[in-house]
Amino acid sequence: MSATLTLWVEGIGLWAPGLPSWPALRALCAGGAPSECAARPAAAVLPPGERRRAPESVLLAVEAAGQAVAMSAREARELPCVFSSAHGDLAIMDYMCATLAAAPAELSPTKFHNSVHNAAAGYWTIASGCMAPSTALAAHAHSFGAGLLEAATQACAERRAVLYVGYDAVSQGPLAEMAPSSQPFAAALVLAPAPGAAACARLTLGIGAEAAPAAPRHPALAALAAANPSAGGLALLEALAADAPAALALAAGPHFHLTVHLEPSR
Amino acid sequence: MTARTPPLAVTAYTAVSALGCGRAAHAAALRAGACGLRPNAISSAPLPCWVGQVDGIEAAPLPQELAGWESRNHRIAWLALQQDGLLDAARAARERYGRDRVALLLGTSTASIGASEEAYRRLTPDGRFPPDLRRPAIHTAHSLVAFVAAALDLAGPCATVSTACSSSAKVFAQAERLLRLGLADAALVGGVDSLCDSVLFGFNALELVSPEPCRPCDAARRGLSIGEAGGFALLERVDAAPRAPRLIGYGESSDAHHMSSPHPQGLGARLALQDALARAGLEPAAVDYVNLHGTASPKNDEVELALIADTFPASTRASSTKGATGHTLGAAGILEATVALLALEHGVVPGTVGCRTPDPAAGPQLALASEARDVRVALSNSFGFGGNNACLAFARAEALA
Repeated sequence: MSATLTLWVEGIGLWAPGLPSWPALRALCAGGAPSECAARPAAAVLPPGERRRAPESVLLAVEAAGQAVAMSAREARELPCVFSSAHGDLAIMDYMCATLAAAPAELSPTKFHNSVHNAAAGYWTIASGCMAPSTALAAHAHSFGAGLLEAATQACAERRAVLYVGYDAVSQGPLAEMAPSSQPFAAALVLAPAPGAAACARLTLGIGAEAAPAAPRHPALAALAAANPSAGGLALLEALAADAPAALALAAGPHFHLTVHLEPSR
Repeated sequence: MTARTPPLAVTAYTAVSALGCGRAAHAAALRAGACGLRPNAISSAPLPCWVGQVDGIEAAPLPQELAGWESRNHRIAWLALQQDGLLDAARAARERYGRDRVALLLGTSTASIGASEEAYRRLTPDGRFPPDLRRPAIHTAHSLVAFVAAALDLAGPCATVSTACSSSAKVFAQAERLLRLGLADAALVGGVDSLCDSVLFGFNALELVSPEPCRPCDAARRGLSIGEAGGFALLERVDAAPRAPRLIGYGESSDAHHMSSPHPQGLGARLALQDALARAGLEPAAVDYVNLHGTASPKNDEVELALIADTFPASTRASSTKGATGHTLGAAGILEATVALLALEHGVVPGTVGCRTPDPAAGPQLALASEARDVRVALSNSFGFGGNNACLAFARAEALA
């Protein structure tokens, strides 16, 4: 019999085209229309210089992270953080591979350091002054679930609130055929191991046998989930938006699922 | 204050690097002070520098049933799994605990990006990947774990950690948490990084590559020599192997300072070190050996040497082995965990190959030549881009009695 992990959701952040925030997702799920929003996330947490240097994937991840932490009313600098992404920044990977094929000595040093998979974790911890542990994971099409498991494990093992961010940017160039991602998406959760004033839902996570992973029900969310390797996480966000008890499965590996039982806590 | 973390048994471990294949080759090379670096002949365009290259990879294809996973990174992984009984140990763990109860957590920074680079050099006239490289599973950050999971038929919690040069150290921490919470009964951890244009020309663009074999901790060091390596360790609860060496602690932190240079006072590194000591329940004086991150970059070594000099007595020995292996980036964590475990097993403190005149920041702890010495507790430091720090603590089982 495998263990379960019990956590409380204190903050939720989101950025995708037409869904620039958690309230925008709630409005959509309640029958509203997609929201008007800018073409790029603002990522207001970053200082202007960093915002200019940061690649698209970092802006996405940092935007969702900033929203979730603000909602939780916690200090960003106190929160260990887990960033998960199937592909990191595919536009930079395309730039790197194309430049290396044509003129390797001309590779940009900034693009190179932005190409590391933990770029978002790096920019986030620098901007928020966070010296707590940070990590960056990948698990291909199962990245959102695998990252959520690591964030939940950290919160429960260390009895400490954790920031979780799952995101993927848009692919481009020849690499796009190998790593398709046609819409940007980032979602963030602040997860606490004990109920607090900011808790909006209780999650009980377990390890499931082979189960069909949940797909979002709303057509706009289902379309986004099909267009981005991390947006399968929208199934969880949709369940949170419904404010009702729910049970779902999230893929966390090719033969491995997280079972999620959700209870609203206010 | 961090609570003590229950120790785990390291029931199998190995590595391959420029020093050779497996534990015996590494122990002999470390004792002899061998340097595995050679002039770079592997990048697709000339780049005068030295590299730590794993021998024989070009002539070591994957078995036919795994041919769809072909890449340099996976060949290094497969070669490492053949050493020191790792493959048998991992399969035995799968049989003993079940395929869904063995976690698979590997670190890499390159994954198989070398294969994506090659595809861009050989694009078809209509701008697509060449047919032989149209294999999506290798052109993604998770390729290494997916390959090893397929090769070993593992189906438990699995993830790739990619935090640059701390990647394959952090997997030990992640595994410990999964076992402590009962989400897995064993974990195969480790990592692989392979030489490719991205890292060679990338570090070159940052002006961090040395034109000569790197000289970690030397006052006149001129930067890194990039290397490749692969390694694995099998972690189980202590009651499964009471006499095996142990992971007794780990520390993780962030610098919150800069994407590609360390905190000037080494504050993040200090936090990771203190966290590891606290989890292990150790005073600094109980540490016999510290394998340094010691990249030979001007900044890292100065900051790290000052931290060691400030934290440990002279009886604690410290060295960087990157002058022997090169900086193996995402594989440095597992390679240097292997070095720390070999120090425990063989009673050897490796020397700092390439260091002739120590940096003024170095304390009396720095070992220039290898030393025969009883090592009961050993640490390994790994620090990465983005200010991502990890420190691992290992001990011989009887040291804890």
